Amino acid sequence: MTREVKNASNGTGWLNVLMRSREASLVLLIVVLTAVTATLNPRFLTPQSLKDLMLNVSIIGLLVLGQTVIILMRQIDLSISSTVGITAFLSGILFVSHPGIPSLAVVFAAILAGLLLGAVNAILIAWGRIPALITTLGTLYIFRGANYAWVHGRQVNAVNVPGSFLAIGTATFLGIPILTWIVLILLVVFAVGLRQYRAGREYYAIGSNPNAAILAGINVSRRIATGFLISGAIAGLAGALWLARFGTVDATAAEGIELTVITSTVVGGVAITGGVGTVVGAVLGALLLSVFSSTLVFLRVPSFWQQAFQGAMLLLAIAVDAYLAYRHALRSRVKWSRV
Amino acid sequence: MNSEPTIELVDIYKSFGSTRVLEGVSLPLFPGEVHSLMGENGAGKSTLVKIMAGVHLSDQGALRVNGREVLFRSPSQAQQAGVSVIYQEPTLFRDLSIAENVFMHRQPITRYGWIDYAEMNRSVSQHLRQLGVSLQPEDPVLGLSIADQQIVEIIKALTFEAKALIMDEPTAALSLEEVKRLFQVVERLRAKGVAVMFVSHRLEEVFAISQRITVMRDGRVVGSGPIGQWTTDEVIRKMVGRSLDALYPKEKVEPGKVVLRVRDLRRAGVFRDIRFEVRQGEIVALAGLVGAGRSEVARAIFGIDALDGGEVLLDGVALRNHTPEEAMAAGISLVPEDRQQQGLVMEMTATRNVTLTVLKQVRRFGIVSRKKERQIAGHWTQRMRLKGHIEEPVNVLSGGNQQKVVLAKWLATKPKLLIVDEPTRGVDVGAKAEVHRTLSQLANEGMAIIMISSELPEVIGMADRVLVMHEGKLTAELSRSEATEEVIMFAATGQTLSKSGGQRNHESP
Repeated sequence: MTREVKNASNGTGWLNVLMRSREASLVLLIVVLTAVTATLNPRFLTPQSLKDLMLNVSIIGLLVLGQTVIILMRQIDLSISSTVGITAFLSGILFVSHPGIPSLAVVFAAILAGLLLGAVNAILIAWGRIPALITTLGTLYIFRGANYAWVHGRQVNAVNVPGSFLAIGTATFLGIPILTWIVLILLVVFAVGLRQYRAGREYYAIGSNPNAAILAGINVSRRIATGFLISGAIAGLAGALWLARFGTVDATAAEGIELTVITSTVVGGVAITGGVGTVVGAVLGALLLSVFSSTLVFLRVPSFWQQAFQGAMLLLAIAVDAYLAYRHALRSRVKWSRV
Repeated sequence: MNSEPTIELVDIYKSFGSTRVLEGVSLPLFPGEVHSLMGENGAGKSTLVKIMAGVHLSDQGALRVNGREVLFRSPSQAQQAGVSVIYQEPTLFRDLSIAENVFMHRQPITRYGWIDYAEMNRSVSQHLRQLGVSLQPEDPVLGLSIADQQIVEIIKALTFEAKALIMDEPTAALSLEEVKRLFQVVERLRAKGVAVMFVSHRLEEVFAISQRITVMRDGRVVGSGPIGQWTTDEVIRKMVGRSLDALYPKEKVEPGKVVLRVRDLRRAGVFRDIRFEVRQGEIVALAGLVGAGRSEVARAIFGIDALDGGEVLLDGVALRNHTPEEAMAAGISLVPEDRQQQGLVMEMTATRNVTLTVLKQVRRFGIVSRKKERQIAGHWTQRMRLKGHIEEPVNVLSGGNQQKVVLAKWLATKPKLLIVDEPTRGVDVGAKAEVHRTLSQLANEGMAIIMISSELPEVIGMADRVLVMHEGKLTAELSRSEATEEVIMFAATGQTLSKSGGQRNHESP
């Protein structure tokens, strides 16, 4: 009760609610943006373009789940795009070399490979004590380089991939692509895991105050390691789904998407300094960026502007966070002086 | 009191490197009793607390909980055993709620392994009510005052069913009202049979709340007993009573003209009404307990921290911008306390470190000249009698030699006013004498020096005048003949001396 009263007394009602809940403000922004674009260009809301939108956001949205766990701990994982690249090609080459292999086995293989690559990061960061920024920047290049060497100019084509597997990226259930369903289910799993389980809360604790986490008896190294394993496994799954979505995979698959993923996560309200944010917000961040770039396409904005807009969104999100933190600090100072 | 101690330290020894911090300390905490631990800065109180908290392991001696010998290898082991520690600055997750802070890593869970938020909030809410605190368990810790954060720590201790609660200077950052509330909480815990240890510098608080007092000095217990045995005078005498064993060579110099004059310096919540002057050839000591605001005054004079009021005049000219650049240009140098963090670039050579402050002088055509660099660095390091090669990175030098490099670095700017903050902390005896000799010589040559020091013998041996601070205010200005350890300690703890004069109060009527 008292909380509501306090909120109200802080003034300007709904604006406050919006500022407080990043999820609410993201939903509002997405709705407004969609409405404006649809008015200007009705084709924006056709079933086909909606489906494209969902497919476009799905793989980024999936990777955002892993990245959220990482950033919550005040860490970062730049290597995910290279992991996606390797596991996408691995999935394809498995279909090529073992015709008739069950799709599920391929997906598991991709996840396992992602897990192994994640373990490399985990060991270097959690026990080697090398900062995550450096470690994953290194593995970003190493994994991609290894991928180029392995792929060696080859390419997997859709003809080699069974139709049942490609259906993940094309078929729909209740109007929503299967690919998107997979992401939605994992979103629920992650949301519940981070909110309802002790282990989930520990990711927040580590990012919020590493020293206090140690004092609370949390095994920080082990917890950080699990984060990078999760991120790797998610990237592995994303690799398999990348093949399902696009059919063709060469050595350049998924190059550069790590930055889109990190941007989405931060725009979605996961503080780069750790401890704050939710997976729902982060996925909404990915959706917002995706809607935004579709909007730019539909409004015939030259494509080179799109990246600039993405960057602007990131800075805007960080500016909003900084402003909110500043306002909070101001308010608690007032509280202090009254004491 | 006649019962068995809840937790007991027996004959504890602890050294860090070659420095012995605790020498045979024994200390019992009895259930239902507040036991205050007092001592000067550096007496070893914090180390003792950390041993009980499971942060440090003792080198020798035993730690007993309810008569059973235990070994705390981590803070969580100590907590599990029922020993909770509350530090001056609580370590909390500021992004999480109060309830989550209390229960992190051991949240109540339902049958399915889900966190039972309702139960968690109910439990914390109950404790908050019992302590008479109007906070909600869902409130974020971000924005809570230090006092409220301590309440969160206390509730954490309560949920561990702590048998012993150790509070390391909990009142240092609290207002009077908050201290009152904290004491009510402590009183309630005591009534429930918790053994409380209270580390504080504030005598009036110690006498208000404790049943037993132990005084430490130089890593040893020098007095311990029930409150009835003690008077404030007695406590202070025990805290400082030691012989002047080191040699302090400050020569008497006839003070010259006024170099620094500060008027009514004020920084909200940190210090106020600071006015004093320093003359050529004078060493003025700023004495006081940790947290009294000494270093903060120095930082403000040098322009690092902003002032909320007051004036700083150097040679009669007021500083306008209050920036370090301006202070340096006017002839002020500040040798900070924390050498590694603030004073030196540890990976660079002594030469490079010394000439950092005078880059303009070692430039030729805009490029640093190695020759000039060596000239200047060589001159000042020789004067400081630096042992060790000046072309080696400073992190291979000993603490004393590092301090010499820091001093040389600031002396190279040929300041009119030198401010040194704890110039001999953590340096060996030989290097200490070296630093003292240099300071004395510099004063002889007409430099004005402000020396911040927590070591009373150093203050008394080196200073021509002693300014004593207590909670952000100057409480005494003592001449060399007036300054004794007792008089300084009385002023530093905010007491008025019961007998004999020597204390001039700065608070005007």
